Amino acid sequence: MEAGGAGDGGETSEEDLAIWLGGYDCQQAMQTLYHFLDGELTEDRRKVIQRHLEECGPCLEAFDFEAELKVVIARKCHDEVPDHLRQRVLRALTDAHNDPTSDGMSLT
Amino acid sequence: MADQAQFAELAMEHMGSLYTAALRMTRNPADAEDLVQETYLKAYRAFGTFQAGTNLKAWLYKILTNTFINSYRSRKRRPEQTELDDVEDLYLYRRLGGLEAAAAGRSAEEEVLEHFTESDVKRAIEALPEQFRMAVLLADVEGFSYKEIAEILDVPIGTVMSRLHRGRKALQKALFDFGMERGLVAAPVTESQGSS
Repeated sequence: MEAGGAGDGGETSEEDLAIWLGGYDCQQAMQTLYHFLDGELTEDRRKVIQRHLEECGPCLEAFDFEAELKVVIARKCHDEVPDHLRQRVLRALTDAHNDPTSDGMSLT
Repeated sequence: MADQAQFAELAMEHMGSLYTAALRMTRNPADAEDLVQETYLKAYRAFGTFQAGTNLKAWLYKILTNTFINSYRSRKRRPEQTELDDVEDLYLYRRLGGLEAAAAGRSAEEEVLEHFTESDVKRAIEALPEQFRMAVLLADVEGFSYKEIAEILDVPIGTVMSRLHRGRKALQKALFDFGMERGLVAAPVTESQGSS
């Protein structure tokens, strides 16, 4: 995010930037958004951001959205293991156990 | 010291997430299955070097990732793409009218997220260049810490953070584009604001 982008970014109005970047606290919060959501902030830093979010609606909304997106991505990106794959791996492991010299990769 | 006899018992439960990751990496079910099998065999043979009490899932992921990089990628001769268009922060949120909705106390943009299908999310992840795809998968789908991701991918933590940052922005753009395609989201609000 670049403060210098105001006026020449085209898609982002100056009004937006005033909200996003207007306050030092908002700027700090946006810069640490992912560290916050990823649980990678120290407890002290976390508390500072938390306090800001309690006071700043726009930042809280943005954080909530990004948090929700993270949940949606995690939830909607799973695939069931086909039974035949599970069987195939177990068989390969058994073969490797019985014959440690085999490469176990006789793929069919 | 880990015992090979325990391997299957401990490792099989991670197959779901390894298979999911393998599918996203190879983008092909047959290759994903081979990759998973090869990973399990390598892990079984190396299990003696696994330190009991450390993170088995992260260890399996490291083997999966290395195997993918060493054999599957080169086999396909797919050049490693490292370029990504520069996308602004909060790409999706801004385009779903985040600021306006926030001002009006609505959260319609969060509801839109629910309408993205599994196929949208998977396609968006698979559309990312490989190094960004892996970082996003490991962080957002599997929930590994930056430190764990750095160890799995064998890169510094700073690199993990920058790949994640750029990968997530690109993912948001891809999701938005799919949303537009399917008529899920309207034309960008920020653009119409400028023209009114």
